[in-house]
Amino acid sequence: MINRLSLDYKQLPLLATISLFVLMFSFGSLRYTGFFSTQVFLNLFIDNAFLIVIAVGMTFVILSGGIDLSVGSLIALTSMVAASLTMEAQLSPWIVVPISLLVGTVFGVVQGALIHLYNLQPFIVTLAGMFLARGLSYVISVETIAIDHPFFSYMASIQIPLPGDNFISISVVIALIVVVIAIFIGHFTNFGRTVYAIGGSEQSAMLMGLPVGRTKILIYTLSGFCASLAGLIFTFYMLSGYGLHANGMELDTIAAVVIGGTLLTGGAGYVAGSVVGVLILGIIQTIIVFEGTLSSWWTKIAIGVLLFLFIILHRVIVLRSEKKQASN
Amino acid sequence: MPEQQPKLVMENIVKEFPGVKALSNVQLSLYPGEVHALMGENGAGKSTLIKVLTGVYSIDQGSVTLEGKPVHINSPLEAQENGISTVYQEVNLCSNLSVTENIFIGREIKKYGRLAWKEMHQHAEKLLEKLQLKIDVTKLLSSYSVAIQQMVAIARTLNVSAKILILDEPTSSLDRDEVHHLFAVIRQLKKEGLAIVFVSHFLDQIYEITDRLTVLRNGEWIGEYKTKEIDRMELVSKMIGKELQQMDDISSKSTVNQEKIPASFLKADEVGVKGKIDPFDLEMRKGEIVGIAGLLGSGRTEMARVLFGADRADKGKMKVDGKEVNFSSPRNAILKNIGFCSENRKSEGIIPELTVRENMILAIQSIYGWFNYLSKLKQIKIAEEYIELLNINPANPEHLIKNLSGGNQQKVMLARWLITNPTLLILDEPTRGIDIGAKTEIMKLMTRLSKDNKSILFISSEIEEILRTCNRIAVLRNRKKVKEFYNDKELTQQDLMKEMAGGM
Repeated sequence: MINRLSLDYKQLPLLATISLFVLMFSFGSLRYTGFFSTQVFLNLFIDNAFLIVIAVGMTFVILSGGIDLSVGSLIALTSMVAASLTMEAQLSPWIVVPISLLVGTVFGVVQGALIHLYNLQPFIVTLAGMFLARGLSYVISVETIAIDHPFFSYMASIQIPLPGDNFISISVVIALIVVVIAIFIGHFTNFGRTVYAIGGSEQSAMLMGLPVGRTKILIYTLSGFCASLAGLIFTFYMLSGYGLHANGMELDTIAAVVIGGTLLTGGAGYVAGSVVGVLILGIIQTIIVFEGTLSSWWTKIAIGVLLFLFIILHRVIVLRSEKKQASN
Repeated sequence: MPEQQPKLVMENIVKEFPGVKALSNVQLSLYPGEVHALMGENGAGKSTLIKVLTGVYSIDQGSVTLEGKPVHINSPLEAQENGISTVYQEVNLCSNLSVTENIFIGREIKKYGRLAWKEMHQHAEKLLEKLQLKIDVTKLLSSYSVAIQQMVAIARTLNVSAKILILDEPTSSLDRDEVHHLFAVIRQLKKEGLAIVFVSHFLDQIYEITDRLTVLRNGEWIGEYKTKEIDRMELVSKMIGKELQQMDDISSKSTVNQEKIPASFLKADEVGVKGKIDPFDLEMRKGEIVGIAGLLGSGRTEMARVLFGADRADKGKMKVDGKEVNFSSPRNAILKNIGFCSENRKSEGIIPELTVRENMILAIQSIYGWFNYLSKLKQIKIAEEYIELLNINPANPEHLIKNLSGGNQQKVMLARWLITNPTLLILDEPTRGIDIGAKTEIMKLMTRLSKDNKSILFISSEIEEILRTCNRIAVLRNRKKVKEFYNDKELTQQDLMKEMAGGM
């Protein structure tokens, strides 16, 4: 029974995700001239930095067996708050940035507390949060608020050079820092391991004496914070605040996390997987751009097909491991 | 041994749930280095007592003294901090985490502010070695068998210097070698001075491993005995609540007409399910009540589930009305006129938010098919008919079932199946947790049904009820049918209990 050569079943989805990414990148490289370049690869990060950040928060939520539907709306709300404080209240970025980050964090705390204290379904609580945040952004302004401020313009335009004439944006740096911290939290802190335990079995986690309630509130707080941070990155990217920003983004995020190999039922998955999940969504778009004639709706079709494949893969893996256990 | 100071004393423990007194004046004392069995049938209060001790429930009255100091345990975490650990029957660990994590989570070893995996893996291996187990601790818990998962759960409790270890039915899913291994570990822990609470339905195991035992019945404390000094018959009689003298006195006995053998309805030939019930023969004849006697965990419900198609038989043949059948789901059985009233009224039977009428017509509607909708007028007529027949109180078909008493809920469940007019009705503990009046009515009803040429399989923990109503009685022990009796004048409770207890 010691050291069987077979892989743990929890690593299979992650491997599938990475192979899929390599496959798609090779496909693009063979088919289109100019696809196989470092910059095309780096652009995946530049264009999807905000998605990486929310996917990180969402990974913790889904690992614990929950869901957070409010993140897309929180991006819009954060962009609105940042834009109006900068343009209308004329506040300095030193004040605007912390306040914007607080928006999602506070949202997260409240949602987490409701879920824990009243034992509510995360789906319905964050659905309410989704409507609320979206509505609040329109209260600030119905129109787009364009941002014309040196700090934001600087953040939007700065390119960090990399060897070989390549570059990345500041957003990518932020996103990668978030990823590294999240991996540390997930695997080397009590909090991270408790998240996995809750996702495995909340009942067991409680009977093992783990701080289930506190952890759940923290999970949604973390997700809210990530949504706000993503909102700021998104604002750097768009240079505006608008109530329709990131409409439906929460669903893209969930798709990325699931394609990244995290089980929707919780308990198994990796932050790194979600990053690859985001890159896969990005590469689908890139391929469609390179193809030139395809409508952008094909992105949705491709995501839909991939999601189907991945949830079936998860199911098969779970069934197989159950069978294995039964034969034990 | 008992000259020492006890590790734990629980006195006058009272725990009430809405409408039920789960524990009344229960006591328990544990000494270091003893294995103490907690004995009792379903609903005796064993699990409630354990949950009180481990902080899942809080007590309404009474005191808990740990090593001479009074304590109040309000959560599983506090129980663990006090050195009280539990290994539950359905191992309550996280199977998606590694073995190491399951041992350490909640009190991880840290180094430079991060979790020190290497140290934890090493430490976990050492702990498991103490339990004579050498496995790869970095693998997921789910890749190991239940027996090993249980050892991991025990290792987890050893990691916090445990004083009291509660093993709640640890052997129910282990094979013989695994039980042997577990017992070796228990003896070792005993030597180290742990007080161990052992809950099991297997009397053989109780006599093999425990030093003393406490018997509970219906939430009441019956007594504390040295295992050596109480014999099996006496123990069983304490558990099911019949005194020995009383058991010889058979006043009520059904009058069975055995002159002509009635027509057979269902015949099971060597039917069994691996790991649940050993192959058994059983014949159900029309107009006959067959009782199933056996202690909890003896395979009573498992037998009923196979006959009803809720579990698929992997051995043997079953015939209904002379034709061979192979039930793959309860629906097949229902279509063959078999009804099944489950033991778990709460979880498998009633739908609390629906009315009495709606609960009653569920089974018949599913036979008609959902597109062939019964008109509400018809539903009300049926409901009223059965409310009157079974004397259900309150006599209002539109009452929500959750507001009815246990006995009346049970009658609604019965009505649900009676409406479908089954030829064979399987009743799994229909009299449990209901008052005496309702019990008598349900037994009267069974007799009436058998006169109507119905066949009834009656499962009960109450031997007296079985003796009073049944024509034939099958006795189960250790998931095996061990004996079948004709219920004639000579059969006594003692005969049945001898078979139930076994090993004599």
